[in-house]
Amino acid sequence: MASVTLEKVNKVFGRDHIIKDVDLSIGDGEFVVFVGPSGCGKSTLLRLIAGLESITDGDLNIGGTVVNDLPPRERGVGMVFQSYALYPHMTVYDNMAFGLKLANTAKETVHERVMSTAKILQLEELLHRKPKALSGGQRQRVAMGRAMAREPRILLFDEPLSNLDASLRVQMRNEIARLHNRLGSTMIYVTHDQVEAMTLADKIVVLNRGHIEQVGSPHELYQRPATKFVAGFIGSPTMNFMPAELLSGTADGCRVKAAGVGEVSLPQAGDAYSKGSSLTLGVRPEHLRLEAPQGDNCFDIVNVEYLGNEVYVYLEPKEGSTLLIHRSEAPSQWQEGQQVSLVPDTEHVHLFDESGAALTLSATRSAA
Amino acid sequence: MNSRQFAKIAKRVGFWALIAVIMVYAVFPFYYAVITSVKPSSDLFRVELWPSTWNLDNYAQIFSQSSFVRAIFNSIIVAFSVVFIALLLGITASYALGRVRFRGRSTVLLVILGVSMFPQVAVLSGLFEVIRALNLYNNPAGLILSYTIFTLPFTVWVLTTFMKQLPMELEEAAIMDGATPWVTITKVFLPLMWPAMATTGLLAFIAAWNEFLFALTFTLTDTQRTVPVAIALLSGGSAYELPWGPIMAASVVVTVPLVILVIIFQRRIVSGLTAGAVKG
Repeated sequence: MASVTLEKVNKVFGRDHIIKDVDLSIGDGEFVVFVGPSGCGKSTLLRLIAGLESITDGDLNIGGTVVNDLPPRERGVGMVFQSYALYPHMTVYDNMAFGLKLANTAKETVHERVMSTAKILQLEELLHRKPKALSGGQRQRVAMGRAMAREPRILLFDEPLSNLDASLRVQMRNEIARLHNRLGSTMIYVTHDQVEAMTLADKIVVLNRGHIEQVGSPHELYQRPATKFVAGFIGSPTMNFMPAELLSGTADGCRVKAAGVGEVSLPQAGDAYSKGSSLTLGVRPEHLRLEAPQGDNCFDIVNVEYLGNEVYVYLEPKEGSTLLIHRSEAPSQWQEGQQVSLVPDTEHVHLFDESGAALTLSATRSAA
Repeated sequence: MNSRQFAKIAKRVGFWALIAVIMVYAVFPFYYAVITSVKPSSDLFRVELWPSTWNLDNYAQIFSQSSFVRAIFNSIIVAFSVVFIALLLGITASYALGRVRFRGRSTVLLVILGVSMFPQVAVLSGLFEVIRALNLYNNPAGLILSYTIFTLPFTVWVLTTFMKQLPMELEEAAIMDGATPWVTITKVFLPLMWPAMATTGLLAFIAAWNEFLFALTFTLTDTQRTVPVAIALLSGGSAYELPWGPIMAASVVVTVPLVILVIIFQRRIVSGLTAGAVKG
């Protein structure tokens, strides 16, 4: 177990700047999830920590020492690959023992470690089998076992569940969470699936185009997204965005006007922006209320989706082409073709400036 | 019998007839060599499909010649050395060409392919000078060197293609487990590459075993010759007599090991040659 610190880490492939000035500190025993759209550099960042790629610039610190130039085996990291990458010609036992044997571990110790790892992962019955005779979930467990057997200080997971079917994925997700509770080791997990990120992480790192957008607990990311990108990436269905104009702003709050919704008073501090600045208003689908149309505040319902436990109502936006979404518990009275007005819950409205950064809550509010 | 059944049977018959023709075409020369080799010299030119008498004199004669036994021994040494060296260099080269990214990788691959395009005769005189300069003339080592030159391009290409298909993550998993490139090659890749190695190794073996031109040019004395040359130089009682019986016996003796090897490895050869042709 160890902490990991990244200081101004950069990675350049030829002309492509993949990772840009990443600063991150991961505490001992934390479960950290890197999440982001494909091509955001999350896997590359994991491979930099593993030692499979070299760091172009910056320092990587594991357990108090800079490990930039150490090969993977000396970093004390274990990795679980997306395709599992089990050695097809070796039995489950040999797969798990391979790394230990290469490290010249005494025979009894190898046996002891493999057996105890197998016990944790319930692989004891399968030790003599070859990977081709295992199911997807079993292979996944062997891959974890192989990474764990050497007792690494940090366990790395590179999209480990993306090859499994949906129900098995939920089951393995639970197993990984329980494993982390039992082992208490530092884990870094890469995924593009926000559900995995939200359910597993102590801390989520949202990456976009090679830089960190926000680091925080799942709760923080959901409730207080620091940027428009994070707000749009976390949460399903995605947050509704509407262009808005700042009417007046003080340190204690602001008033904005959005097309259709009209004027709204919000708790965000608006003193840093000049009157008339164009902003973006963000509201999650569950923080909208639908009421009878009132004057200008009048939206057409274009589609209603019934999901059993909840209902999504899609509305034609005043500007742009992305439909607005309203989510409520089933049953719902709304039907396609009706007209409604939108009433956002001002406690849960987010404001973003033109650069995408969120306006912070006013001092009086954040203290409360 | 209706016409449908008739067509079915006709197709069957035609199919097997075609197979029979191909079998005769391919196997008959070898079969005739075998029966010629067991005939006494007096019966040599009497045409028969099954020998009336079985006579092993021709075999006894060739094995009583120490130069022929020596030639078999030389051939074995040369062929096995070529296979060993070609596979060793081929595996390590294919790791570099298939797995390590470096500038000019495809150029190197094309140059290697280019080498194999020269006909043997074109490089014969040049290679002769090289072998003289290395002091390997009239020495099996000279043959090993020249055969390896001609075998390596094919070996490297097949093994590189095969190596490229092995998943990248497998190598990375080995790196995470603390394996050096050499351990990765020997402990992880080698066991997975047996089909390709069997194919290329066997083809290298056959090429080295059958080669005639270099073997004739680069050796001088009976004790250094390989089997193909030794057979060609078998002489009869007088300058006007070709000793067909012993020649056929010798041919059978040197062909049988190849046939056995091919039968042993045939499944592997097929899976090696078609590897990568279709996925899965």
